[in-house]
Amino acid sequence: MEDLIFNLFIFVLASFVGFELIAKVPPTLHTPLMSGANAISGITLIGALIITGGSDSPYAQWIGFAAIVFATINVVGGFMVTDRMLEMFKKKEDN
Amino acid sequence: MSQLLPDALQSALPDIIQLLYLVATGFFIVGIKRLGSPATARSGNQMASFGMLIGVLVTLFDREILSFELIIAGVVLGSLIGIVAAKKVQMTAMPEMVAIFNGFGGGASALVAWGEFARVDPTMIAVDGLITTGLSILIGSITFTGSFIAFGKLKGFIDGGRIALPGQNIINLVLTAGALGLVGWFTVDPGYQVVFWSLFGLALLIGVLTVLPIGGADMPVVISLLNSYSGIAASMAGFVLGNNLLIISGALVGAAGLILTNVMCKAMNRTLVNVLFGAFGGGDDGGPGETGDSDKSVQKTFADDVAIQCSYANKVVIVPGYGLAVAQAQHVLKEVASLLEEKGVEVAYGIHPVAGRMPGHMNVLLAEADVPYDQLYDMDEINPQFKNTNVVLIIGANDVVNPAAKTSPGSPIYGMPILNVDEAERTIIFKRSLSPGYAGIDNDLFYSDQNQMFFGDAKKSLQELSKAIKELE
Repeated sequence: MEDLIFNLFIFVLASFVGFELIAKVPPTLHTPLMSGANAISGITLIGALIITGGSDSPYAQWIGFAAIVFATINVVGGFMVTDRMLEMFKKKEDN
Repeated sequence: MSQLLPDALQSALPDIIQLLYLVATGFFIVGIKRLGSPATARSGNQMASFGMLIGVLVTLFDREILSFELIIAGVVLGSLIGIVAAKKVQMTAMPEMVAIFNGFGGGASALVAWGEFARVDPTMIAVDGLITTGLSILIGSITFTGSFIAFGKLKGFIDGGRIALPGQNIINLVLTAGALGLVGWFTVDPGYQVVFWSLFGLALLIGVLTVLPIGGADMPVVISLLNSYSGIAASMAGFVLGNNLLIISGALVGAAGLILTNVMCKAMNRTLVNVLFGAFGGGDDGGPGETGDSDKSVQKTFADDVAIQCSYANKVVIVPGYGLAVAQAQHVLKEVASLLEEKGVEVAYGIHPVAGRMPGHMNVLLAEADVPYDQLYDMDEINPQFKNTNVVLIIGANDVVNPAAKTSPGSPIYGMPILNVDEAERTIIFKRSLSPGYAGIDNDLFYSDQNQMFFGDAKKSLQELSKAIKELE
């Protein structure tokens, strides 16, 4: 239970950081921000790697494999499409 | 991979991994921070993706990881799918793309929890591990099916209206309470497989049933909320594995998603409760309140006249709506704007938060047409400028400039913040016909003295306008 509570502290504090970071984002960037944040949520890929590479049972390995595929789509696709959007955002002088 | 390292490093490895996770966390936080300003956003996204790269590479040195075949296969397959999807997607289809990526993220978190359950004897997992495994399954699965339903609604595979059983809200609440009960039961009796599978199945079902009744117009709010869920699901998976990087990044995304959800609700004048359990959003309001009186008349205008009015104006504000993107007219619009600027006219774009299919979507669509972002103004920035504006060009937008939102308390959009275009000297609406907009509400602005209607397809009208401005030389 101690671990759970310690992790809960981290979770809550990180949530506050998240609120602070996003609170002042201008509406212009809402779509890329959502897409970029979405890519970050693919961090669960790390969990998928541990499950897949670290278990003896093929059953767990294949579940992990599916998780890797899903999470990688989320991460790679998410960051790339966000970059594609942001690449187009230009100031007037740049044109 | 850890065995490749020298012995001295071996013993310190767990600590090094944790410290590098801390570095990755820093990249995420600074990356999200930089995503908050147009000038730094791209580098912010790159920093976040670099943080992700560090996290993934470092994890490969985890001593727990012994086999790499499936890892490599999975990463290659996932990357290929991700790359193709990210390259091919049309900018107009961005809401669907975010929805489906999000579904994959949530699904992955549920799978990670399931994998952990499958890899160790569940009766050996401590209580806290069981709680978080249960929650991870629950939230991840809801995100997974919910996102796919949202995707289907946005794509039009699933009816965009409200599909609801009688007493749907009560059913959903009972199911959710039941699922939480199952999480509790699972914690007490993890060896009993039936409980685990019931929880999994029920969570998948809840995802479907909670999103299905929500109208297509509200999907942006739903996606944003599901984005928050997928963050929380990742965080829960982090609890399961005792991994701080997952907990922190998941929490950041969870919080960010909640803030964005809130912002979107405000922009659409809805509360979250209203979106999730409410009316509106495509069909439940008994149709348009009143149809327009047939004796009201409008002033029509044509390209030559619009060209003259705009060219001799000091300031022109363009109000784009999604109709502009549907007509693929952003590029012609940009051409018109550039021609006017050459004549010394000040051009600005006024963007309502729901101008696109999700907040900020219109900005992306205009950026795609090379409109510089410093010409794009949010609602709060542009509204005070209308007083000094000579001509407002309203293209493919309707409800977001409808004065009924301010003046008629009976209207379904009453209270929605709108662009105060009626404060400008002249408004010109580009529209095919007088038909009401998405929300099905008549617009009094059409019949106002200051307003002129430029009937026709948005793209064709803008092409005519561009030609007419050039001929003015």
